[in-house]
Amino acid sequence: MRVKVLMGNTAVAEAVRMAGVEVISAYPITPQTIIVERIAEMVERGELKARYVRVESEHSALAVVYGASASGARVFTATSSHGLLYMYEMLWWVANSRLPVVMAVVTRAIGPPWNIHSDHQDALTVRDAGWIIGFASSVEEAFDMTLQAYRVGEDRRVLLPVMVALDGFTLSHTCEPVRLPEESEVRGWLPPREPLPFKLEPGSYFAVGNLGPDEVTMELRWYIWRAMERAKHVIREVSADYARRFDRSVHGLIEGFRVEDAKYLVVLAGAWSGDAMEAVDMLRDEGYPVGLVRLRYVRPFPVEELRELASSVRAVLVVDRAVSMGHMGVIAGDLVSAVRGKVTVKNVIAGLGGVDVSPDDFKTMIKGFIEEYESGALDSWFYTEWYMPWVRRG
Amino acid sequence: MGSVYEPVDLEREALEDLKAFVDKLLSKPAPGSAGPTGTWRLYKPVIDSVKCIRCGICWLYCPDDVINWAPRELPVVDYIYCKGCGICSNVCPVKAIDMVLEGE
Ligand code: SF4
Ligand code: SF4
Repeated sequence: MRVKVLMGNTAVAEAVRMAGVEVISAYPITPQTIIVERIAEMVERGELKARYVRVESEHSALAVVYGASASGARVFTATSSHGLLYMYEMLWWVANSRLPVVMAVVTRAIGPPWNIHSDHQDALTVRDAGWIIGFASSVEEAFDMTLQAYRVGEDRRVLLPVMVALDGFTLSHTCEPVRLPEESEVRGWLPPREPLPFKLEPGSYFAVGNLGPDEVTMELRWYIWRAMERAKHVIREVSADYARRFDRSVHGLIEGFRVEDAKYLVVLAGAWSGDAMEAVDMLRDEGYPVGLVRLRYVRPFPVEELRELASSVRAVLVVDRAVSMGHMGVIAGDLVSAVRGKVTVKNVIAGLGGVDVSPDDFKTMIKGFIEEYESGALDSWFYTEWYMPWVRRG
Repeated sequence: MGSVYEPVDLEREALEDLKAFVDKLLSKPAPGSAGPTGTWRLYKPVIDSVKCIRCGICWLYCPDDVINWAPRELPVVDYIYCKGCGICSNVCPVKAIDMVLEGE
């Protein structure tokens, strides 16, 4: 194990190299571009023996790795924002064929207006297709999650594509120390891919997803549903195994921070969790019994973990960086259905379009939430507040 | 933290699911999975045996694989399944395939 200072994008490229990925196809888009540029250099220098396919769009990029994955190769692509939306149709082909494609999504706001900064709308907008979706909160975790994505997605009990989301700029372009395992250790931990669920090759002839009875569509979605349920178990198992092997402290579907004896919980995902943790520390110093849960995965959704934690607190604050128009924040909506009215939930939308949210902002939000709850003002959990301190109204 | 599934069941269930999933997702070419699709046809490809140079391009392009052809022989269209898309007529280098309105 050696420590190297890497940017999030470079760390993901490094994980792709160590995973021995065989086919890469991608189309550049900020803030993801550096990932596929680094991989292109690795292929060019012969450090990664892989086919690198250049294409004219993100739709084609995912179509290329779809085909390569169907022929049994370990594959990778990466995108952001508009690029991810352009892939939307192919996301479903990949998921509905249960091919263990791994894709990094460097999160970025969706326009208009044009904006290259991070919110989580892109990754969360595609959450229902059947991809496993993880959110990294540090450069090291982006590296770890990319490697784990191959073990999880290719596991016979799962066989689903995996998206590793990392925040644009705050992770993708930020340098942090990463404890890099030796390549041989990684090879030992991550076996070569088995060509499952099927293998396209010369001499075998079959069609994938041909027109059939309507019932088949429904049954295939049901199998994906079951695979996603099993993925919860496999993610817990694989990430715990990785943590033991490579000396990491964080694993599972969630990370709890100061949750013991907490009476209030803050729930969120992504890089800004670190800022929120700082706020929790400050509030703990001031005597507020608050803890934090960071979702490492939003699909599959950690229902069991959240239900258990929520049962011992008074109220939960979900801070969302993506909104489902006409309802509430995306994660809040999921959480509310997971805890089924067992606890009061408040939802705050913040940081859309990459608006900076500092530890002090989190402190203001959390303090406000606790005070509202304690004064009895927080009786309607479905009320979603937008945190925009620069806007003056009234 | 407990999941609804126990590991032992996971293995078995996953393998059974996988087999069933693949059976439903994949299909082997066979005639008529959507019935005699020739009934969908509005225009019928008719090959002119004099003009035809026996190149086999129509055979290669037919999206439904309903043209029978062997090297240096005249292609024959299977009208039970030909949907009349007209691709063969379009790609024929010597314009040997006419699309004729059905019933004429
Ligand atoms: S009309 Fe279309 S389906 Fe019929 S033989 Fe020609 S290419 Fe094939
Ligand atoms: S493409 Fe035209 S010339 Fe060639 S085999 Fe078919 S009908 Fe004949």
